[in-house]
Amino acid sequence: MGRASKRKSDFESSASAKNARVDSVRSASSKAVTKLQERVDELYNKYANKTSELMDPEGIEALCSALKVDHTDVRILMLAWKMKAEKQGYFTKDEWRRGLKALRVDTMNKLKKALPELEKEVLKSENFENFYNFSFRYCLTEEKQKCLDIESTCLLIDLVLGSQYRPQVDSFTEFLKIQSDYKVMNMDQWTNFLRFCQEISFPDLQNYDTCQAWPLILDNFVEWMKEKKM
Amino acid sequence: MTVYGKSGPIEFNVGWSEFMEKGISRLKTILDGNEGTSFSSEEYMFLYTIIFDMCTQKPPFDHSQKLYEKYKECINEYIMITVLPSLRKKHNEFMLMELVKRWSNHKVMVRWLSRFFSYLDRYYIARRSLPLLKEAGLKCFQDLVHQELKSKARDAVINLINQEREGEQIDRALLKNVIDLFIEIGMGSMDYYEKGFQDAMLIDTSAFYSRKASNWIVQYSCPVYMLKAEECLNKERERVSYYLHSSTETILLEKVHKELLVVYTNQLLEKEHSGLHILLKNDKVEDVTRIYRLFHKNTKALELIANMFKQHVNSEGMILVQQAEDAVGNKAGNAGGAQEQVFMRKVIELHDKYLGYVKKCFSENFLIHKAFKEAFEIFCNKAVAGSSCAEFLASYTDDILKKGGSQKLSDEVIEETLEKVVNLLAYISEKDLFAEFYRKKLSRRLLFDRSVSDDHERSILTKLKQQCGTQFTSKMEGMITDLTLAKENQNHFQEYLNNRQVASLGMDLTVTVLTTGFWPVYKSSDLNLPAEMVKCVEVFKKFYQTKTKSRKLTWIYSLGTCNLKGNFEQKSIELILGTYQAAALLLFNDADRLSYSDIKIQLNLADEDLVRLLQSLSCAKYKILNKSPNTRSVSPNDYFEFNSKFTDRMRRIKIPLPSVDEKKKVVEDVEKDRRYNVDASLVRIMKSRKILGYQQLLMECVEQLSPLFKPDVKLIKKRIEDLIARDYLERDEENPNMFKYLA
Repeated sequence: MGRASKRKSDFESSASAKNARVDSVRSASSKAVTKLQERVDELYNKYANKTSELMDPEGIEALCSALKVDHTDVRILMLAWKMKAEKQGYFTKDEWRRGLKALRVDTMNKLKKALPELEKEVLKSENFENFYNFSFRYCLTEEKQKCLDIESTCLLIDLVLGSQYRPQVDSFTEFLKIQSDYKVMNMDQWTNFLRFCQEISFPDLQNYDTCQAWPLILDNFVEWMKEKKM
Repeated sequence: MTVYGKSGPIEFNVGWSEFMEKGISRLKTILDGNEGTSFSSEEYMFLYTIIFDMCTQKPPFDHSQKLYEKYKECINEYIMITVLPSLRKKHNEFMLMELVKRWSNHKVMVRWLSRFFSYLDRYYIARRSLPLLKEAGLKCFQDLVHQELKSKARDAVINLINQEREGEQIDRALLKNVIDLFIEIGMGSMDYYEKGFQDAMLIDTSAFYSRKASNWIVQYSCPVYMLKAEECLNKERERVSYYLHSSTETILLEKVHKELLVVYTNQLLEKEHSGLHILLKNDKVEDVTRIYRLFHKNTKALELIANMFKQHVNSEGMILVQQAEDAVGNKAGNAGGAQEQVFMRKVIELHDKYLGYVKKCFSENFLIHKAFKEAFEIFCNKAVAGSSCAEFLASYTDDILKKGGSQKLSDEVIEETLEKVVNLLAYISEKDLFAEFYRKKLSRRLLFDRSVSDDHERSILTKLKQQCGTQFTSKMEGMITDLTLAKENQNHFQEYLNNRQVASLGMDLTVTVLTTGFWPVYKSSDLNLPAEMVKCVEVFKKFYQTKTKSRKLTWIYSLGTCNLKGNFEQKSIELILGTYQAAALLLFNDADRLSYSDIKIQLNLADEDLVRLLQSLSCAKYKILNKSPNTRSVSPNDYFEFNSKFTDRMRRIKIPLPSVDEKKKVVEDVEKDRRYNVDASLVRIMKSRKILGYQQLLMECVEQLSPLFKPDVKLIKKRIEDLIARDYLERDEENPNMFKYLA
């Protein structure tokens, strides 16, 4: 039993030491994780409604002023996107955790600093379409709502596309307000407007072909633009 | 048998000079037209035998080769010495005559000579595959005479032809002979005729007619030019039959046709004061027929003709449209839609007229018929004063099929007209609109017994079914069947009344039960029936329950008629009026004076119905009620009294209730149906194709719906978007112009 057992016990002890070390590392990292989580949750609780445990519009507004960002700013929308938030005006704890984890932040400062990065990320072409479509769905507040009223649509388009496609957005919103055929916009029309901005040369509209399956509202828009020119 | 003493083989020179030459000079004399016409048998046999002997002698005395050469030499000599000089002396027509004569002679010469020498044909020539005597003989003429003179001959012939073309008389027989020469000289090949004569003749012909045409096109009007052209073609055809070879006909006529007609097609047909459009306008049937006759084989010309015809028909149609617009605008002259009737009648006449043209002048040519149809499709789909042709056609048909229509027509004429109506429907793209208007008017005819004849009603439905399919007429057929069943039903009802001990109704009641779905939708109102009628309705309801428990009856009083007896002071008069009107009048059995609101409350009718009915009783032709104040229209403050002093010379009068204008509703209903039809069509197509491009989907949808109407592209686009929103379809992710069916 001599050496062997000693070794065994050595081994055992070293193993357990190792385990203890691993454990301590683990607990240290998990402690760190838990610490992170705690901070995130703390931040959440700061703005969440005490009774419902949801961050409601009031809370979000407070959050925004803390971030020194207007609550109608597009970056809040981007944040909602990152969180995969489902209901406009509300963040759940899970969504909050998800978002902040993806951004790798746990304090207000870090969050503030992460916003420019987030903007860049969203504007990347592989993400933008996703964000664009998300923003429409996000605004459909009622359950089973499929369409957005024209006024809200105009605001949304301006918010989401204004920086990239200012002339198209301005013309289109002007048109939407003047026309009376459509009182609401649906998802199909929404997604195609982005495609319109990306593919059709503006303002000459040379390569627009009415014989293609563009939504009728865009056909009408193009017709209106052409008449305006005359 | 020998005539000479046979002392040994015949020497060639001896044989030739002693015997043959004599025979040959004899032949020449014959040819010269002197002395005798023919060789006798003995003479012939003698000469033949000399040759025979000279050929069959043993070498070196077989003179076959020499004889063959001599044969040819002899002929050539004759030609050189006699024939050619005489030909060279003559010119033009005379030269031709001489040529013909010499050729004829030559043939005779060759015939005789080859008979004499014919033994050569059998052995010497055959063995060496040399040209036969006859061939060789004719070839001599070909080589020496024809070769030298063919151009002169050709030109002389062409000259004569042109003279004839200018109207002079020429010797046709001579020309025929010359042409025959050209043909015969080929000895089986047409080359001498074609290359030696025909080609040049054709070039000359083209030049000739080209010159003529350039003059005529300026000088003559289109119809006159066409006459001349036809004349020329006929003359050329004649020419071929008289003296040219038949194979020339096609190409000759083609050239003439080209120079006279093809080159000048547009200038002719579009001539300002006499071109095709003018001829059509002035109904110059013969001229138009001639134009078709002469031009129809030429594709471009035919297209032009078809186009001009289409434009003409269309402009005639548009004139009618404009006339109707103007007339309808001037409403004073348009009582009862008379102008629409006139318009429709004129359109039908126009159709008959120009269909006649298509059949007679244009031999039902496919392209022209198509142009005709297209012309009608254009103007038949123009709106006239805001209404479509579909509506007019339905009104026109209604007028024919109803009693008291504007025209009194015999059965035969009615049938014919119905046929024409259905033919016209083919051009109208909004067939569904026609169907709806027709159905509404059919309903009125059937329910108020205004149809002229059941047979005609069924007949037109059969025609419509043939042209537009079963679905088109199914509801209308159902309506007619309903009425037949209703009569049966009424009989059963009578039996029921007789059998049960039902207390008498107090009046005659006829109920017509309609199948919902076949008939247009009529709104029912909760009219408060007079007590007398309530009982009748109840009794019928009970009766109906005995027939079927599964159906619900909805009473449409607005369509009912009542016969009331009005006990006026002077005399009783039977009043035939609508149920609403009757209900209103019966109120006056219990009250002398009623206000508008009284009546309204008691009857439980809407204002628009009430005003109309009271107006018909108090402000129209027959004043059954007195209204105060006695203004021309009914207002809610009016009071009404029974007019006991009313009278009329008739014992029975109809008090009609003017019908509401259904037009707006029909148009709305049809539009609704169209949206539904487009949806159904799109879903049908996508369900079977699963994935389809936008353009293709559009095309198939339009095609599917064409028997009913021509769907607007915007409408289809809108319906597609609607279907996307309703999750029937989605756009393909990769290609936004493709759609996928969502099960």
